[in-house]
Amino acid sequence: MNEQGIRDLIDDVKDGRLSRRGFVGRMVALGLSAPFAGTMLAASGVAAQSYDRATYAPTKAGGGGTLKLLWWQAPTLLNPHFATGTKDQEGSRIFYEPLAAWDNDGNLVPILASELPSVENGLLARDGLSVVWKLKPGVTWHDGKPFTADDVVFTAQYAADPATAAVTLGSYKDLKVEKVDDLTVKITFDKPTPFWADAFVATVGMILPKHLFADYIGGKSRDAPANLAPVGTGPYRFVEFRPGDMIRGDRNPRYHLPNRPFFDAIEMKGGGDAVSAARAVLQTGEYDCAWNLQVEDEVLKRLEASGKGRVDLAYGGNTEFLLLNAADPNVEVDGERASLKTKHFAFSDPAVRDAMKLLVDRASVQQFIYGRTGRATANFLNGPERFVSKATSFAFDPAKAEALLEAAGWKKGSDGVRAKDGKRLNFVYQTSINAPRQKTQAIVKQAAQKAGIDIEIKSIPATVFFSSDVANPDTYPKFYADMEMYTWNMTQPDPAVYMLQWAGWEVAQKENKWQGRNIARWQNGDYDKLYRASQVELDPVKRAAMYVAMNELVVKDNVVPLLHRAQVNGFATKLKAPQSGWDNTLWLLADWYKDA
Amino acid sequence: MAAHLVRRLLIAIPSRLGISLILFLILALAPGDPFGELATNPNVPPEVRMALRAKFGLDDPILVRYLRWLVALAQGDWGFSFASRIDVSTLILQRVPTTLLVIGSSQVLALGIAVPVGIYAAMRPYSLIDQVANTLAFVGFSLPTFFTGLLFILLFSIKLDWLPFVYNADVQASGWRWWWEHVRQAIMPVCVLGFFQAASYTRYVRSAVLDVARLDYVTTARAKGLSDRTVTLRHVARNALIPVVTLVALQMPAVFGGAIVTEQIFRVPGIGSLLINAMLANDTPVVMAVTFVFACLVVLFNLIADLLYGWLDPRISFG
Repeated sequence: MNEQGIRDLIDDVKDGRLSRRGFVGRMVALGLSAPFAGTMLAASGVAAQSYDRATYAPTKAGGGGTLKLLWWQAPTLLNPHFATGTKDQEGSRIFYEPLAAWDNDGNLVPILASELPSVENGLLARDGLSVVWKLKPGVTWHDGKPFTADDVVFTAQYAADPATAAVTLGSYKDLKVEKVDDLTVKITFDKPTPFWADAFVATVGMILPKHLFADYIGGKSRDAPANLAPVGTGPYRFVEFRPGDMIRGDRNPRYHLPNRPFFDAIEMKGGGDAVSAARAVLQTGEYDCAWNLQVEDEVLKRLEASGKGRVDLAYGGNTEFLLLNAADPNVEVDGERASLKTKHFAFSDPAVRDAMKLLVDRASVQQFIYGRTGRATANFLNGPERFVSKATSFAFDPAKAEALLEAAGWKKGSDGVRAKDGKRLNFVYQTSINAPRQKTQAIVKQAAQKAGIDIEIKSIPATVFFSSDVANPDTYPKFYADMEMYTWNMTQPDPAVYMLQWAGWEVAQKENKWQGRNIARWQNGDYDKLYRASQVELDPVKRAAMYVAMNELVVKDNVVPLLHRAQVNGFATKLKAPQSGWDNTLWLLADWYKDA
Repeated sequence: MAAHLVRRLLIAIPSRLGISLILFLILALAPGDPFGELATNPNVPPEVRMALRAKFGLDDPILVRYLRWLVALAQGDWGFSFASRIDVSTLILQRVPTTLLVIGSSQVLALGIAVPVGIYAAMRPYSLIDQVANTLAFVGFSLPTFFTGLLFILLFSIKLDWLPFVYNADVQASGWRWWWEHVRQAIMPVCVLGFFQAASYTRYVRSAVLDVARLDYVTTARAKGLSDRTVTLRHVARNALIPVVTLVALQMPAVFGGAIVTEQIFRVPGIGSLLINAMLANDTPVVMAVTFVFACLVVLFNLIADLLYGWLDPRISFG
């Protein structure tokens, strides 16, 4: 079915000639997923089916006892705009709320907004230059002061001031935010912006109370007492905070939704390691929720067998992948290795790249290493559904790989290693120290060796590998190796930021102190053109098609996606905790409850 | 005596400066970056990270940073943590009570076991009891605390379900229940650390007592017809414990420094866990403060041990 056909069907739904379900059914028959179909309807003005909050069962607030959370990485600060890691966002999320949050299908759910902006309700400008947020009336801060548009406007100013040193600066610096009335805020963009739901949404969007932070904007930001004693609008009120150890809160009796929250108090204990955190929830039941269980699936299954808790998997867009360096790390040009001025001696040959892809046994990596916590994938862009390419595939086929290399003139030498024109297929393959990654390295090395490719494995401590230390040669942006592997997180359901990392102008090199996002040094004119077009394309269907095409370009060359990885949490059996792969674990804390 | 004290204190100043400089250099040269985690967050543009580094003075030359730190310290300012953006002194003070409680009780437990067992074993060398005590002591200090800790958790928390294995520094209860909760959760970490210490102390006490028990004055005391008990407690033990006191004094900084491994296993929010997390986060001001305080305590308790020694054994003088 072509674009016009789909548009006709959408019109049928709008006019009531075709039911919503009928439309989704036809799209599924065409090979699209149900959420994708739903999103197309939403994009065309048929109300989105975001997470249904009506599934919340308790009929009165409170009475649930204490909710005990175990975060093995402890939050160290409670100002969401200073959050250096997810752990700090999660700690802040107990007390602060954004205007809207992302559900598991990548749809917006209003939190402090009374309705979601759309072209149909007139809140979203057709030219993509502005968006209006309507705020929920009757919301109060924990100290009883009313929540108004002033707070929203202030939050933008606070984060946008470079002297504040907020980590969310990037989301606010190019915006003009104005108050229209007490419950209406207008954001104006400097250019047409298809992805307008960044500021004030989800992890970067938590709203701060103006009356407590107004005196601490800019250089004095560190002195604000509220940094350590947050006053928000969230379901729980602040009681106590010990950085790196414990956060405690009690029920907010004035919470803006009826019958919520269920628990009388909340505590978040931090520290320790992931395995024992899993144990405290799944095996002994000492805690109700353990976050981010980066533990081998086999161990999780064993702990789960005790029946006290269950493992919850939320798939966002986090992808583990292998990069084949497009530049040559063995040649130094102007004091820089892997310089853009060089071409990799082997990976510039498509036959070697294709052979390498055939030698990575993704299915085994998933089955034997990641288990339920990852899915083998051929795509770099794995979500939300509307952006996922269906045309890609992967295979493990050493025989075909050998044939490809043979045909391209890479002949086996006496030592069993293939070479051509005196250049041996001898690669350094680096990653961070992390048990599953070392096992993956071993699987790849073994298959490659049989095919005549010699791989030297290098494992670097994570604190070094993932640092931006310009002086260290072993960081991932320097990429002084032939191959490297890591996970990249997609922190919001729009791929604009995520896909920026293969744009030609983003290449990490000496000139930009290796701060560029494009680590593979892969450059492609078509990709750049598509990317630029996607940044101004306001038609969601066309824009999704562009990202699908970009993904296909990326995985054809130097990027080898391995696994689509889930956010893994452990929950007590009776705990109901809606999860989203596109937002924090605590994104909908107000709706958490325990079955009787 | 006073002159000795003054001299020692003066000598301590350059050594402390040296310690702080070396610590600072090592930390500055070590790989890593306090904002490394931001580097893997695609929503944070590199400029933001660079601006943060510049604002916190991380891009200045090492010596400039060191001098700035030293000057601030001289004015009583320990700086602020990069990870939590609050004052380092606040962070440390929050951790002190738990550390003193857990590590202090484990030292008391260790001495409570080691002194009687060591004396008893030494007074009856090569008896069955001595051999049992010796064997247990060897087992005790051969087993690392991370192993015994996990063993304890497996047995008492998971198999028997008697004790919690997550330490909660502020128990929400009052009266007896508060005490009971605190004791219950402290049992495992205190025992793990206490047994380990007790094992090495026992060996030490035993050999010290053995040395003294052979001396002539002990034989004289026995010849005078004093009871076995009096000889052991008044004549042997008092003299034998002089080196043990010194040993314990030198262990005191460790009480402050906490026990990194054990604290991590049981999630005890002590100074050890603060230090290890600060190191993992490259939070230089916190690491500097904790290690520097620790170094100062080592110097201080060395001095105290020396003075104690002279006081306990008048034959030693500090002319």
